[in-house]
Amino acid sequence: MSRDKRLTFKKRLHIIKHKMRGKKMAPAFNAFHTFLFSPDETTHNGSHVRGADDLKRTMNTVIMSLIPILVFSMFNTGYQHFAAIDAAAGVSRELSLFGNFFTGENFWLGLKLILPIVIVSYGVGLLIEFIFAVIKGHEVEEGYLVTGMLVPLIVPVDTPLWMLAVAVVFGVVIGKEVFGGTGMNILNPALTIRAFLFFAYPTWMSGDKVWVHQGMERTGTPDAISGETILGYLAQNNSIDEVYSVSDMFFGFIPGSIGETSAFLCLLGGLFLVFSKIASWRIMVSAVIGALAMGLIFNGVADAGIITESSNFYGLMSFDFWKHLIVGGLAFGIVFMATDPVTGSQTNKGKWIYGFLIGFISVMIRVFNPAYPEGVFLAILLMNVFAPTIDHYVIRGNVRRRMKRMKHARIYTPAAAKEELKAETV
Amino acid sequence: MALLSKKDTNLILDPLADNNPITIQVLGICSALAITAELKASVVMALSVIFVLGVGNVVISFMRNMIPNKIRIIVQLIVVATLVIIVDQVLKAFAYELSKTLSVFVGLIITNCIIMGRFEAFALGNGPWKAFLDGIGNALGYGVILIIVGFFRELLGSGTLFGFKVLGDPVTKTGLYATGYENNGFMIIPPAALIVVGIIIWLQRSKNRALIEEN
Repeated sequence: MSRDKRLTFKKRLHIIKHKMRGKKMAPAFNAFHTFLFSPDETTHNGSHVRGADDLKRTMNTVIMSLIPILVFSMFNTGYQHFAAIDAAAGVSRELSLFGNFFTGENFWLGLKLILPIVIVSYGVGLLIEFIFAVIKGHEVEEGYLVTGMLVPLIVPVDTPLWMLAVAVVFGVVIGKEVFGGTGMNILNPALTIRAFLFFAYPTWMSGDKVWVHQGMERTGTPDAISGETILGYLAQNNSIDEVYSVSDMFFGFIPGSIGETSAFLCLLGGLFLVFSKIASWRIMVSAVIGALAMGLIFNGVADAGIITESSNFYGLMSFDFWKHLIVGGLAFGIVFMATDPVTGSQTNKGKWIYGFLIGFISVMIRVFNPAYPEGVFLAILLMNVFAPTIDHYVIRGNVRRRMKRMKHARIYTPAAAKEELKAETV
Repeated sequence: MALLSKKDTNLILDPLADNNPITIQVLGICSALAITAELKASVVMALSVIFVLGVGNVVISFMRNMIPNKIRIIVQLIVVATLVIIVDQVLKAFAYELSKTLSVFVGLIITNCIIMGRFEAFALGNGPWKAFLDGIGNALGYGVILIIVGFFRELLGSGTLFGFKVLGDPVTKTGLYATGYENNGFMIIPPAALIVVGIIIWLQRSKNRALIEEN
C-alpha cells in the first residue's frame, strides 16, 4: 500500500512513522519527520494552552535572526583575509562597501571556509543527539538547532574541523546530555564548546594569528599575515584610533571570531528576537547597562590618574566605555547567548540582576586579563551557574514580602491566616 | 584456593568496583584531581597509598584493644603520619624528581579521607589479616581510578605515557602529530580530572543500576 505512487511524500512518511512506532530507531526517524512536516498527532485530552510557537518555531526564529550574521561573516572573512595580505605587502586599502567588501571573491572564500564549519557543527552535534535519543528512548529535542548555528559564529575561522568536532562532542555530552538533555542543562552548550576549545587548544583560539584565514598557516613564512583583534591591540596598550573607525567597529569590518564582529547585525537580530518575544529584552538591556557601568568605572579610574599610561591596563581602561559594546563578542553574547531561556534567569527581577552582572563581569575580565581580553563567554558561563541561585532568592524575597503583607491583613481569622501562610510557603 | 576464603576475597574485590572509595563513596577526590596529570605520579601515589593503608590498617588492628576510645583519632593520625613520612623519605631518596611533582600531596595522604575512613570503619573492629586485606583492597580501588584518570589525562593532554612519546613528537611533528593532531591542553588542568572521574562514575552506574542513589 505504501508503495502506491499516488501517495504523497508526506503521507508515506506518516505511514512509515506508524510502522516505526515503538521500535528502537523511532525517535531518530520522528525527528527527521517533524523537521520536515508538522506532526499528525492531535492532543488526546483537553488542551488548555494554545500557542503557535512550539520549541521548533522558537528555535527557527533564532536561526532566522542568525542568518544575516552568517552571510555577513562570509563577506567579512574574505575581506579580512585579503586586507591582511594587502597590509603585509604594504598596500594601503580603503574600505568601500561595494568596491571591495560585498564582492563575490570575498563571499566565495568565506563560504568555502565557513560552510564546512557549519556542517561539522550540525553533523556531529545532531549525531550525538540522535544517539542519545535512541539509547534513552526519548524523542530528539530541537535544542541543538540553535547551538549548531551559534557554534560556527563564535569560533575563529581557521579552527581545525577535528578540534571543532571534539569540542562539539564534549559540549553536547558533558554540557547537556549528562544533565538530561535539552531544557535541563545548566551551562549554555555553545559556550561550553567555546570554552572547551579555548582551554584545550589555546594556540588556535587566541593571539593575533587566528582571526584571519591562513594567519596560522603562513606564520614564519615571508607571506606572514596577522589580524589582531581590537581588544588585542588595546591589551598591548596600542591605540586603535588610526586603525579602525567607530563605524568599522559598529558594522563589523574588523577581525574577530566568525560571526561576532558586527554589532549592527547583532542589534538587528536582537530587535527581531525581542519583537518576536523569543528573547528577553530585560536581559539585553541590563547587560548593556552593566557593561556601560563597568566601562564608566574604568574610564573614571583612568581619567583620575590612578592608572598611568605605563600600566598594562591603561589601553583597555581608557577605552571609551560605550565602545566596549561594539568590539569583541559582547554584543553577540548579550543578544544570543545571555538570553538563552534555559540557562538564564527565569524571574523578571532575576533577569535584571543576571544581565547586569554579565555585562559588568564581561568588561571586567576584558580589562583585567590582558593575556586574554575576551571575557564574554566566561562571564556568561559564570552567570549561567548563578542563575538558579538568583532565581531562588528572588522567589524567596517575593514570598517574604507577601507574607509580611499577609501579617497586616485583617480579613482572616488568625487560624485561617496561618493556614494560608503555610500554603504560600509550600 | 584456601589462601583466601570467599569473604576475604570480597574484602579485596569489593572496593575495586561496587564499593570503590572514589567513584562510590566519593572520598579522596582532592589528590585524584591534583596528581593525575601524569601516569607516573598516579602510579606512585597509588603505591604509596597501598603501603600506607595496608600497613596502617594492620597496625591499628593490632592496637585496637589498647587504644582508649577518646584519643583514637590522635593515635590513628600518629600511625598514618609515621607511615607517610617513611614514604616521603623513600621518595626523596630514590625518586627526587617525582617527589617534587607530588610535592605536598604525599604529605596530604595523612588527610586522605579513605585512610582515616578505613581505620575508623574497619581496622578498629577487625583482626589484622582482615584489616590488611581491606586496606589493600581499598587502596587498590583508589589506585585503579587514579591510574585510569592518569592514563587518559597524560595520553590526551601530553601525548605521552610514563613520559614516552607514544603519539609521536609534537615539536618535530611525527606520528599522529603529522596529521594535524594536537595535545588537548584542557586535560592538563585539574578540572579535567573531575570530568574524567565524573564520566567513570557515569559509566559505572549506567552499567550497574543498583549503584544509583535514590533521591
